[in-house]
Amino acid sequence: MATSKNTDRRGFLKGAAALAGTAPIALAQQTQLAQNRAASAPAEVSGGAVEVLTNERPGADFMLDVIKSLGIEYAAANPASSCRALHESMINYGANKNPELLTALHEESSVALGHGYAKIEGKPMIAMVHGTVGTQHASMAIYNAYCDRVPAIVILGNEMDANARRGYVEWTHSAQDAASIIRDFTKWDDNPASLQHFAESFVRAYKIAMTPPMGPVAIIASGKLQEEPIEEKDLRIPKLTPVLSPVGDSGSIAEAARMLVNAENPVIVAGRVAHNQEGMTLLAELADTLQAPVNDQRNRMNIASSHPFYNTGSVANADVLLALEVEDVFGMTHRTSPLNRIGMDAPRKILKDNAKIISITSLDLFQKSNYQDFARYNEADMAIPGDAQATLPLLIEACKKLITSDRRIAMQARGARLTEQHKKNKETSLAQATLGWDSSPLTPARISAELGAQIKNEDWSLVGNDMFFSRWPTRLWNFDKYYQFIGGSGGEGVGYGAPAAVGAALANKKHGRLTINIQNDGDLNYAPGVLWSAVHHNVPMLTIMNNNRGYHQEVMFVTTMAARANRDVSRAGIGTKLESPYIDYASMAKAYGMMGIGPITDPKDVGPAIKRAIEVVKRGEPVLIDTVTQGRG
Amino acid sequence: MKKLLLIVAPIVASLAFGCVAMQAQNAAPAGDAANGKKLWVKENCYSCHGYDGHGGAGVKLAPKPIAQAAFIGIVRHPPKSAMPTFSAKVIPDSDLRDMWAYLNSVPATPAVKDVPLLSALQ
Repeated sequence: MATSKNTDRRGFLKGAAALAGTAPIALAQQTQLAQNRAASAPAEVSGGAVEVLTNERPGADFMLDVIKSLGIEYAAANPASSCRALHESMINYGANKNPELLTALHEESSVALGHGYAKIEGKPMIAMVHGTVGTQHASMAIYNAYCDRVPAIVILGNEMDANARRGYVEWTHSAQDAASIIRDFTKWDDNPASLQHFAESFVRAYKIAMTPPMGPVAIIASGKLQEEPIEEKDLRIPKLTPVLSPVGDSGSIAEAARMLVNAENPVIVAGRVAHNQEGMTLLAELADTLQAPVNDQRNRMNIASSHPFYNTGSVANADVLLALEVEDVFGMTHRTSPLNRIGMDAPRKILKDNAKIISITSLDLFQKSNYQDFARYNEADMAIPGDAQATLPLLIEACKKLITSDRRIAMQARGARLTEQHKKNKETSLAQATLGWDSSPLTPARISAELGAQIKNEDWSLVGNDMFFSRWPTRLWNFDKYYQFIGGSGGEGVGYGAPAAVGAALANKKHGRLTINIQNDGDLNYAPGVLWSAVHHNVPMLTIMNNNRGYHQEVMFVTTMAARANRDVSRAGIGTKLESPYIDYASMAKAYGMMGIGPITDPKDVGPAIKRAIEVVKRGEPVLIDTVTQGRG
Repeated sequence: MKKLLLIVAPIVASLAFGCVAMQAQNAAPAGDAANGKKLWVKENCYSCHGYDGHGGAGVKLAPKPIAQAAFIGIVRHPPKSAMPTFSAKVIPDSDLRDMWAYLNSVPATPAVKDVPLLSALQ
């Protein structure tokens, strides 16, 4: 029931004054708060027995003040009635700016949009979902963000007060503990009971999400808190104090440096090391200092693919292995029984027995138990808890201090060998790219070469994972900027690709970059409505369909099972292939208002289609080209 | 009859010699490439090795496949890998010979220097 009480604006100012003299972000928060207050008309005080049916200062306005104070640019949502007041505050009170509301057609898309965005922009956006049905839809995307160590803020609308639920639907859309279904794969959640509580929890959530290892957080926005007038006194927005990235301790770093400098065959393995361009620069400096190879797991843009030591390391020959933010060190150093053997033999160690493993990762500072994304136990000889990028300056400095002239000569000889290996790797890739050059369906190598030739002089960003494209862009193109590659989903949950690409493209838009997405067909079919979101929000990007008309990894698995059982392998396409009918992705794009080209089956048609598409993308529109491709490369 | 034998015998001998020569060259009887192409798709080999055997998730098999006997041997007893083990009950030798004939018919690929898009990347 509405009341006549209105927000005490003097209380707001008092809170804001308390922020004076704090860090720049706090000043920005204070300014934002004051601006919002000025923009908000004072509410009328009603009197007498007249029932007040308006509330010009709902709690959602203050929630938005909090959100705005953190510089959040976007909030993606499929409209959720349990978030209706916050939704309205965003578009009117907040003028639909910072955050701008993005219309998503599925909650999984809402979260994945933010997943892709965060990997380009380096900060989270918001996904606003129903605390029940929306959270269930969003859960897969939240799990992906969790496994990919990406910050995301999920606001769950919920009505805790049974007396405030207006009908049965609001009962089915309410939960006692709304965040429980995602608690196993979020870093933190809270269910604030007051607006002040919301302010503190939201700022805390932001801080936790952005602290390595980064990850998604959830805040429940109570329906009553959103909708009813602000009654709390002295509301204030806490100052955001970003946590400095944890750095490995200097003693351990010195010992690690000694091992690396004295190693004959050190190998650096990069997981999710770089958070930005500076991270790439630091990793290259370490590689140059040690003249050591860097095997990039392609979860982030860690080092330029043109670096002479890129992917030139042999784990089997390593005497010291430096694992930087690597999730599965055991898997990297062991081989398990392949699928064409029945049962599991003991894993075979491929690392030499006397080789040493040094692990530097922030993951050692944070673990949960239920979901097994932590992989097998890492028997590192030295486990240094800390963020790898933040630790690299110390490690580089420590290594430089230890390099004698003798070691430098040995290292330079090693560097020359690695440079030669890098050159050979490139030559091998080029030779392999010719295989099936004129084949139909198209090879990913042909498409990648055609695409690479046309974007090489552009400021491009590849936002789709090329893993199911046999890594051909990685093998053929020159990646040297952080935003040129953002890795994969993290949790390998299908459905991430298309919405994450749109989110990344949205982040690229203001920088004027040419965004390219290589889009797997199976992935797009999870929530293709994000194509509409891209059109609706004017997100320029070129989507190239990897339309291999099936789930070909599963074709292989089912074929293997049939062969193992001495049964008909030709039936493995049942349930795994997308045919009869084939899906027409160009028409799908057109249905969502996007320019669609194809399907293309003749390799000679690819180049002209890309040229035409890029012209349109440069005008600010999204385009999809449907290329019919080989099964798995 | 004698005349007929005189005429046919050299032909048979010639064909036999040709077959022997071919077998010596390929160390295996010839297969039906057209049927092999159909089987290649039907049995899902293309899924990993490409429609024309150029490789992908699976190893490159064409152009210039390994000897037919070695090809059949690997299909029956693959090394530890993702490659399934296909018994003769699942894919008979005759079908494998046809598939091998198909792979053997795949034309050579161009050299990098002859592909401007790729040579520009060198």
